[in-house]
Amino acid sequence: MLRIEGLTAEVEGKEILKGIDLEVPKGEVHAIMGPNGSGKSTLSYVLAGREGYDVTGGSATFNGVDILAMEPEERAASGLFLAFQYPVELPGVGNATFLRTALNALRRAKGEGELDAMQFLKVARERMRALSMPEDMLKRGVNVGFSGGEKKRNEILQMALLQPSLAILDETDSGLDIDALKIVADGVNAMRGPDFSALVITHYQRLLDYIVPDRVHVLINGRIVKSGGPDLAKELEAQGYGAIQAAA
Amino acid sequence: MTAQVATGAAGFLARYEGLKDHLPGARKPWLNTLRADAAVHFAARGFPTRRVEQWKYTDLGPVAQATFAEPLTMVEGALALPPPNAASRAVFVDGRFRPDLSTLGGLPFRATGLAQDLNDAEPWLGALAKPEAEPLAALNTMLFEDGLFLDLPDGVDAGLLELVSIAVDPGRPFAFHPRHLIRLGAGAKLTLIETATGRGQCLHNPVFEIEVAEGATLTHGRMLQEEATVFHLSTIYATIAAGGTYDNFTVAAGPRLTRNEIHAVLTGPKAACHMNGAQMAADGQHVDTTTALDHAAPDCASRQTYKTVLAGRSRGVFQGKILVRQVAQKTDGYQMNQALLLSEEAEIDSKPQLEIYADDVKCSHGATVGALDADSLFYLRTRGIPESQAKAMLVEAFLHEAVETVTDDTLRTALTRALDNWWARQGAAA
Repeated sequence: MLRIEGLTAEVEGKEILKGIDLEVPKGEVHAIMGPNGSGKSTLSYVLAGREGYDVTGGSATFNGVDILAMEPEERAASGLFLAFQYPVELPGVGNATFLRTALNALRRAKGEGELDAMQFLKVARERMRALSMPEDMLKRGVNVGFSGGEKKRNEILQMALLQPSLAILDETDSGLDIDALKIVADGVNAMRGPDFSALVITHYQRLLDYIVPDRVHVLINGRIVKSGGPDLAKELEAQGYGAIQAAA
Repeated sequence: MTAQVATGAAGFLARYEGLKDHLPGARKPWLNTLRADAAVHFAARGFPTRRVEQWKYTDLGPVAQATFAEPLTMVEGALALPPPNAASRAVFVDGRFRPDLSTLGGLPFRATGLAQDLNDAEPWLGALAKPEAEPLAALNTMLFEDGLFLDLPDGVDAGLLELVSIAVDPGRPFAFHPRHLIRLGAGAKLTLIETATGRGQCLHNPVFEIEVAEGATLTHGRMLQEEATVFHLSTIYATIAAGGTYDNFTVAAGPRLTRNEIHAVLTGPKAACHMNGAQMAADGQHVDTTTALDHAAPDCASRQTYKTVLAGRSRGVFQGKILVRQVAQKTDGYQMNQALLLSEEAEIDSKPQLEIYADDVKCSHGATVGALDADSLFYLRTRGIPESQAKAMLVEAFLHEAVETVTDDTLRTALTRALDNWWARQGAAA
């Protein structure tokens, strides 16, 4: 399980996270909702280990291990996955090469054998079919020339291949039409099970119609101000963040 | 022969004085005159210093201060050759043609060592090189012994041919100055794959004179891969007639000091010149690409893309001059150079230079310098890819982009291998 206690962090000297307390038990999917600038993306970057996001206090452990002390690749090896809000384009790096290198790096870290190109293709094709991704997306540069929806699907494909035990989905719904949203949600739901937890970060309730969370947390101004069941998302959609902000 | 004691330019001039009656072609008055004139130019200028504009960023001091001897006398015998890229290959050891190691039989055109064919070289030898302007060309003219002599008749499609240069370490510093003459008749076609390897304290100072006639196409891939003790200073002179294409791609990765200098003149309408390349330097190395492109006819196109990767305390130079003469209307020129700095101690000097006298032209140039992109690196690492491997992927991506423009599969594969070998060596050293 993911346990965050009193986490504070700053970016370029400005305090963004002002004391986050959060627990995501094994097997559960939690949503974090909040207005722009509330610290949602900062939280995801801090958990993934991005440079320039400085933890100033508190802790974050995953299955009892302090993840904040780890390099990003070590966090990945321990089962953490971040689906980016803005996936990075890597011209000159083939998508297939990228995916296979990542998969094999994790397999190596776990002491498993690496997959050769043929073995990898077999696995990748299977996952891609489930996400309705055309096979030529393997041949292109990573995210290069991909539409917004294709980039998000590529993130979900990576998640499906890397099989993390904790996925953080940072605004994975942004820029998606309803069909793409369903495909992405199906991809996440297919992962759900007793050994998989997820932190779904979103601005809108819409995604949560398709990925129904166990818990919903409201993040405002660097703090979680309210937590509740799935209905909290609907409440927010109806009343907006203003009402909660006023009450908090 | 007495031992040479003079260093640098004086040493080479003394060598010329001592050898001039014994150099190949010493009984041919036209060649003696050519060499003697070159010696006058070299004596007047010596090795260029950094006060010379074209050498502002590259210091030839280490070359000028060293004493280089002759290569050893040719000995027949087996030698480890790089794996072949083509069925036909011309092999040179210490700048001398080695028929015993070459496979040039049955070709429908002249492909020989220059020294054995000097009689026929008179119209071409010295036709393009400018010893009065470039001291290294003067040095080469003064002392060359041999080189590749290719002469393709009109309409011949010669396919692939390989030029291999190997420098064998004799245990003391030595220099060689091959002169390569390459002539493509009208409509002729050739892909020339050149590999330079070698070890020891040596100076490899080749000069190419390349003539591409009407409608002919020469693709020239170069892999300068000598070891980090070698000075590689090459000068290419190319002239491209109407409808002809000269396509040069150079990988410079290995020598202690590399100067890749290309002078190309587009002399007829619709001629094209592509000069691309990737140059890499590790700690203590210096790479320099200097191009001069002369648009002397209308409707011509030129494309240049150079990539530089610098690690450790190394230095890279790109100087690219495009001259568009008044007659060269409708010129389409493009030049881009991009540098990736892997260390804070690396330095790149980049000097694009456009000189345009025609009014109806399209000419653009650009330069970028940067470190590895932090966002890209983070993205890869969040997928579990260790930092060193992630860096390698991004460097390879940067370099491979340059090679993508190469259309010949064999050549592209060879160039890609040269890039990857360099990077693998960096990984091993780090």
